[in-house]
Amino acid sequence: MSLLSFKGGVDVSGNKEATEKLPITECPPPERIFLPMRQHIGAPAEPVVKVGDEVKIGQVIGKAGGFVSANIHSSVSGTVKKISTKKIMGTDTVLVEIENNFEEEYLELPSYKNSIDDLDTAKIRELLAESGVVGMGGAGFPIHVKLSPPENKPIDTVIINGAECEPYLTGDHRLMLEEGAQVVKGARLIMKSLGVDKAYIAIENNKPDALAAMREHVKDEDGIEVVAMKVKYPQGAEKQLINAITGRYVPSGGLPMDVGVVVNNIASAKAVADYILDGKPLVDRVCTVTGSGIKKPMNVRIKNGTLLSHIAENADGMTEDFVKLVLGGPMMGIAATELDVPSTKTTGGLLFLNEKDAKIPETQPCIKCGKCVEVCPVFLQPIYIARYAEKGLYASSDKYGALDCIECGACSFICPSKRPLVHNIRMAKRKILELRKK
Amino acid sequence: MERLVVTSSPHTRSRFTVNRIMADVIIALIPATLMGIYIFGMRSAMIVAVSIISAMVSEALFQKIRKQDITLNDLSAVVTGLILALNVPPGAPLGMVAVGSAFAIIIVKQIFGGLGQNFMNPAMAARAFLVISYPTMMSIFCDPMITAVSSATPLAVSSCTPLGIMAAGDYANLPSLWETFIGTIPGTIGETSSIALIIGGIYLIVRKVISWEIPVIYIGTVFLLTFVLDGFNFYLSLYSIFSGGLMLGAFYMLTDYSSSPVTKKGKIVYAFGAGLLTTLIRLYGVYPEGVMFSVLLMNVATPMIEHFTSPKIFGGAKR
Repeated sequence: MSLLSFKGGVDVSGNKEATEKLPITECPPPERIFLPMRQHIGAPAEPVVKVGDEVKIGQVIGKAGGFVSANIHSSVSGTVKKISTKKIMGTDTVLVEIENNFEEEYLELPSYKNSIDDLDTAKIRELLAESGVVGMGGAGFPIHVKLSPPENKPIDTVIINGAECEPYLTGDHRLMLEEGAQVVKGARLIMKSLGVDKAYIAIENNKPDALAAMREHVKDEDGIEVVAMKVKYPQGAEKQLINAITGRYVPSGGLPMDVGVVVNNIASAKAVADYILDGKPLVDRVCTVTGSGIKKPMNVRIKNGTLLSHIAENADGMTEDFVKLVLGGPMMGIAATELDVPSTKTTGGLLFLNEKDAKIPETQPCIKCGKCVEVCPVFLQPIYIARYAEKGLYASSDKYGALDCIECGACSFICPSKRPLVHNIRMAKRKILELRKK
Repeated sequence: MERLVVTSSPHTRSRFTVNRIMADVIIALIPATLMGIYIFGMRSAMIVAVSIISAMVSEALFQKIRKQDITLNDLSAVVTGLILALNVPPGAPLGMVAVGSAFAIIIVKQIFGGLGQNFMNPAMAARAFLVISYPTMMSIFCDPMITAVSSATPLAVSSCTPLGIMAAGDYANLPSLWETFIGTIPGTIGETSSIALIIGGIYLIVRKVISWEIPVIYIGTVFLLTFVLDGFNFYLSLYSIFSGGLMLGAFYMLTDYSSSPVTKKGKIVYAFGAGLLTTLIRLYGVYPEGVMFSVLLMNVATPMIEHFTSPKIFGGAKR
C-alpha cells in the first residue's frame, strides 16, 4: 500500500530504539505535587481550593478561567499546602502545592460507560469542558474548544494523530499498543461530538506493530480508518497531516476547521475516553524519558505536577555528562532552565542530552544551497526570511511569508552551514506582530 | 547543579555540512580529472595542482590581509581551483592558470563577500576572463593523445574541437560519437569525457548535493532545441550534448549554489534559459561554444528569476 505524505520535509534520524519496545511503567507518586494553573493555551485556570483543604484525585483544583481554558484536577489525594507564584520558563505561574497522603483516593465522577448511546453532541461537549483534556501533542489547546466549531464551519473529518514524527518520542506509540481500544473509543466520542462519520488514525510507517494493533481495533468500526504515513518530519504537523490524508490545504492564517477537519492527538483521544467512559479526568499522562543524558530511558506514566527532578530520579538519574534537558522532542521541544519545575499535561517527552549530543555545531556562512527552501513544509524560503530578519528588515521577512512559518525547524536541521534559521524566523514573527499592533 | 544548556529548537542538526558538500564535489570530479590526465598527459595533473594551489593561496592571503578567519577548511577554494583547471586546455601555460585561479577567488568570490555571495560561478567567470585575456593560449586544443608540449604550437586553433569542426562545416572530420562520449577528443582538460562527468553528476544527485532539475533540463533543452533547429538530426543532437563544455557546465557549474536560483520553479526556468542560450550561441553565434556565456548570463539573471518564481505558500496566495 502506498504511504501518505506531504511535500517537503526532512529525514530526521529516529533515535526511538531506546524506548520503543519498553512497556509503559508507573512513576512512583511523589510526596508533593505542584500543579501549575497554566498548562494549556488560553486563560490560566483559577485556584478553587485553599491551603489546608483535603482533596482527592480528580478533584478540580483550578477552574477554567474562560471558554478557552481548561480545568486542572488534582493528581494525588492529600492536603493543599501552599498556593504561590513562581516564574516558570519566563512566565509567572500560579502553583498549587499538594502533599500526597498516598491513599490514592479517587473522587467519584459519573461514568457513561454503559450509556454511551444516550450521549449527544451537546452532552459530550459539556462533559469535555470539565474534563481538563487539552491537546496533548504539545500545543495544549483545550479540547472542548476544538470540538465546538462555529456553525459556519461544518466538520466532516476527524484525524487522530499518531504520527509521532519527533525523534526519540515513543509515548504515543506505546499508548496505541497498550491502550489502543481506549484510543478508538475516544475517537468515536470525538466523532460523535462533531457529528462526523469519518475518522482517520494516522500512524507513521516506522511503527508497524502500532499500525497492526490499531487496524485490529478498528476492524469492526464503521468509518474509522487506520492510515500509514511515510516516515518524514514533520508528518505529524497538523496542516501537513491534513494535507497528506485529505489533500486539503488549511488556508494561510487559518485553522483545520476551515477545511472541515479536526485533529487530535492519540493521548488526547484516550483522555477523552478516560473521562467520559471511566470518569477519570486528565491527571496523568505518558511521557518518554530518554536521551544520552539519562541512565534508564523509559516510557512512564507521570502524575501532573510531578517535579521533573523526581521523574529523572525514577529513571536512575542523569549521567555524569548530562548538560541539557529538552521538554518534548528535539525538533520542536523547549530547553528547560531547571529541573525543579513540575510536569504538565503536555509533558510528553523529557529528552536528557549529554554534552556530545547537546553540542550545536558552529555556524558558517550561508552557501545558498537552497536546502531550506526544498524542505520547508509550508513552501517558504527560510533563507530569505532569516536573512532579512538578521538585518532587521522585518517588513521584507513579512513579505516572504514569515508568519506562515510553523516553526517545525526542518530548515535549521538541514542547513549545512548550521545557521539558526527557524530561530531568526521566530524573531521576525515576533517583531512583525509587534509592528502590526502599532 | 550547574546551569543547564538552553538554546532554541531544534536541538539536533543533520550531518549534512558544507565540508561534506565540497568533498562530494571533489569526489564527483575525480573520474573526469583522471580521464583528463589519461587523455592529455601528466601536464594536466600539473595544471590541476597549480590551479588548486593558486586558489588556496589566494583565499588565504586575501583573508589574512582582511584579517578574517581563514576558511580553507571548507574546501570551497579547492573546488573552485579544480573546476577551473578542468576548464583550461591541456597546453595552457601554468602561470596563466595561476592567474585565472586567483581571479576566480579574489575578484569573483572574495570581493563580493566570500563563500555563498558570488553572483557568478567563480570558475566560469575566470574561464571567461582567461578566454578574453589570453585568447590564443585558451584555444590550444588539437591532438589529445599527443602531449601538450608538442601541440602548443601557434598553428593549433580551436577548429579541431568537434564544435569547431561543426562550425566550420567540416563534418567529414568529426570524431565518432563514441569518442565524444568517452572523451578522447580535443577540448579542455576536464570537459571531454561525458561519461566521467555523468558518473560524477549522478553521484552528486544521489548524495543530494545537487538536484536533478538543473542538469537534466539544461541537457534536455540543448538536445531538443538542437534537434528542432538543426535539421531534426538525432545524431547531431546527441553529438551536441556530448561535446564542448556541456556536461561539465550542466553538473558542476550551472549548479553552483550561490549563482543559481533556490526555488524549484526558478531552477527549471534557469536551466531552460541556459539551454536556450547555449543552443542559440552554438548554432547562430560566432563562437563555436556557448556553454560559458550562457552560464554566466543565467547567473546574473538569477535574482530576477528568483523574484518571479517565489513558491506559493502552503494554503496561501502567491507572493
